[in-house]
Amino acid sequence: MASRLRSTRALLELLVPTLCVRTHLRTLRLVRRTQSVQGCVATQSVVTRGAWRVGTPLLACAMLLVCCVGVFADDWRQFRGTDHSSVAADAKLPIEFGGEANKNIAWKTPLVGRAASGPIVVGGKVVVTASSGPVIQNRLHVLCFDEATGKELWQRQFWATGRCFHHPLSANAAPTPASDGERIFAFYSSSDLICLDLDGNLLWYRGLGSDYPKAGNDAGMSSSPVVIGDTVIVQVESQGDAFVEGIDAATGETRWHLNRPKEANWASPALLPGKDGRDLVLLQSAKALSAHDPASGEAVWEVDLPCAGIPSATPSGDWIFAPARGVTAFERKPGKASPALAWDSNRLAVGNSSPVIYDGKVYLLASRSGVLTCGDAESGKLLWQLRLSGTFWATPVVAGGYLYCPNQDGKVFVVKLDGDEKGELVATNELGETFLASPAVAGNAMYLRSDKHLWKVAEQR
Amino acid sequence: MRIVSIALAACLGFTLWADCACAEVPPQQLADALAKVRAVGPKGAGHRDAANAVKTLAHADADQLPTILAAMRGSSDLAANWLRGIVESVAQRAKENGQKLPQADLEKFLADTRESPRARRLAYELIASVDETAPTRLIPTLLDDPSLELRRDAVAVQLEKAETLKYDKAASIGAYQRAFHAARDLDQIKAAAKALRDLGETVDIPRQMGFIMTWKVIGPFDNVGEVGWDTAYPPEKEIDFAAEYVGQKGKVKWFDFATTDDFGAVDLNKALDKHKGAVAYAAAEFLADETQRVDIRIASVNAVKVFVNGKLVDERHVYHSGTEIDQYVSQAELKKGKNLILVKICQNEQTDGWAQDWKFQLRVCNEIGTAVLSQDRPTSKTAGRAAF
Repeated sequence: MASRLRSTRALLELLVPTLCVRTHLRTLRLVRRTQSVQGCVATQSVVTRGAWRVGTPLLACAMLLVCCVGVFADDWRQFRGTDHSSVAADAKLPIEFGGEANKNIAWKTPLVGRAASGPIVVGGKVVVTASSGPVIQNRLHVLCFDEATGKELWQRQFWATGRCFHHPLSANAAPTPASDGERIFAFYSSSDLICLDLDGNLLWYRGLGSDYPKAGNDAGMSSSPVVIGDTVIVQVESQGDAFVEGIDAATGETRWHLNRPKEANWASPALLPGKDGRDLVLLQSAKALSAHDPASGEAVWEVDLPCAGIPSATPSGDWIFAPARGVTAFERKPGKASPALAWDSNRLAVGNSSPVIYDGKVYLLASRSGVLTCGDAESGKLLWQLRLSGTFWATPVVAGGYLYCPNQDGKVFVVKLDGDEKGELVATNELGETFLASPAVAGNAMYLRSDKHLWKVAEQR
Repeated sequence: MRIVSIALAACLGFTLWADCACAEVPPQQLADALAKVRAVGPKGAGHRDAANAVKTLAHADADQLPTILAAMRGSSDLAANWLRGIVESVAQRAKENGQKLPQADLEKFLADTRESPRARRLAYELIASVDETAPTRLIPTLLDDPSLELRRDAVAVQLEKAETLKYDKAASIGAYQRAFHAARDLDQIKAAAKALRDLGETVDIPRQMGFIMTWKVIGPFDNVGEVGWDTAYPPEKEIDFAAEYVGQKGKVKWFDFATTDDFGAVDLNKALDKHKGAVAYAAAEFLADETQRVDIRIASVNAVKVFVNGKLVDERHVYHSGTEIDQYVSQAELKKGKNLILVKICQNEQTDGWAQDWKFQLRVCNEIGTAVLSQDRPTSKTAGRAAF
């Protein structure tokens, strides 16, 4: 379909000048505007004014087509969202869902194999990965579903080329896939990196596990890739082989390779939005937190910091919140200057999930005690704690002023976030399956992946 | 304006149709494109050519699927995945366009065991996607198949058959033995072995899997501060089973150690007593009936090096990060006659309760896990180099 739409776009580009509507089309270009909303970042699409002045049927037809060619505001393109914030500030999700009546479950579709990876949403398609196999999970799956109906659009399978061992709770399909809007980059614990277009056509395939056969550990790897510009960045760190690679999104060729400390590390690289338009990639290890040029891998700055091995750092505005010594917050400085230490607090204890920053607060979920902790993002002061329950692996998401926290046992807690007031648990939704993956939010819907199903949660009228 | 709109719609319709419709790719063009995909190498080598070739191959006709599958013969695992991606896209498009898959040709391809095992498995999956009789019609014939995946399905059928024969003990034993000998996957070997033992039969799992059970062991040598990993102690320099060396805590010499574990586990805490920051060596002589390339599959929760005839074939400097059977797989060349397999097992100084194990297990087999046995293995004839 993507190639079809590209053809359509090409045809339009050919015809439009002839039809003398080029100017109008230019006004129709969708503009992505980034807005700062109370310390968090939200992305919005707007149509420039003036487009509506032209009311010809041709223009309406063209507009419809342009809207169809792949510019979708409501994408959630990688682990923790397109901007790695885990925040969909304007989304309106139901508070209550699931249960025996499947309340507000728009659809629920069965999945093959197993995974700890989360869903992504790209251009109206929901993409998940899975892995299967009788002894080891050496069969890799990429599955694509229609966002509106849950219908499976396509599935592709491959044979793992790297090590497939992992903890029984996890899966080879542990890293969440990523997308640049045109391509899907599916990554696995076995360090297989698969690039497909949105119709499932293979574009290229890298076997990083066969390039570096000692990569991997027996708990399984889980670092999710990140796409910045036209580079896909994968972080593979284990006692055997440890590296980060920047890979050309178009060709799959390695642009750069960094040797990393040979220690187990499950954290994911994170997008650090550049103030000057130069986005950076944030890498963490048990020794340091560093920012790199995604095109070259060149280190821009590095600070000594014993970062945790599972949760990932969260950039937010002028700040970076690293899972180290509890939480360590840095204030960013211009240019290549290292960020300044703002505070650290071991009272803000991180678990498996990554910190979420929203409305000037830091939210953290303890892995086993089920305690949700809220701290002041500027001072690190502990503000309040709320006891949920169960074991948490997924990073929660914020939508419409509520924090959605799926635990391993299939309960999704919904906590109302109300300024400086203590968070209020407003719903405990039972889905009854095992949830390890972080949810995706797109439009006014949340997508959750359990060990058995892909779920769409949306208000049902 | 209406005319312009109609013209635009017609052009768009043609574009969409043209994008769907595919003609056969000319044979030479197909061959050239497949060669470029087969040429993909490690670390992105050949990607640009292969990525362009994929665009050509995307237009292949369903009737060309067997040709694309055949390109997997002798290809790397990496190239096989590129080809698989192409095959699945072509097959899906054919189905969406109402075109039939070339089932007869695919069945011919499946029957030809010279073709790539993975390609044959994929051919079977394509057949099964359009013919619901495929599992019952084809799978039971594949019990000794060189494709691990096809064989697995056939063993599953055989296990089910054995289960249904329980009223007839002799027949049931025969059926389970057939499943046991055909099985290559650990879970199926375990299932068949358990059923046979429940029926009073003796089962030799180590022989079925190729685990080495008798070793000569020496140690401990020093590994405090992990210094032993890069230190070549005397067993790495010479093999003299009569020699005595200075070890970590005094003089050490080789001694025989035999394991009785079903999966060949050698517990060095039992063989040598418990030591921390220590290195042990285990050696086994292996009599091969011919020169051959084999898998050396080792599992250990400790850091290990494996040498075959003095050549390092695998090293894993990993401590207490879990272990599974067939954890590390490497390939080695065995010469006809006597070979020496030497394993270096390093224990670190972690004090955690879960970091006290000091053990390994090693088997010799072919690429699908069929045991390759030493000619002098006691109690039964060698399986030699089984076909598959």
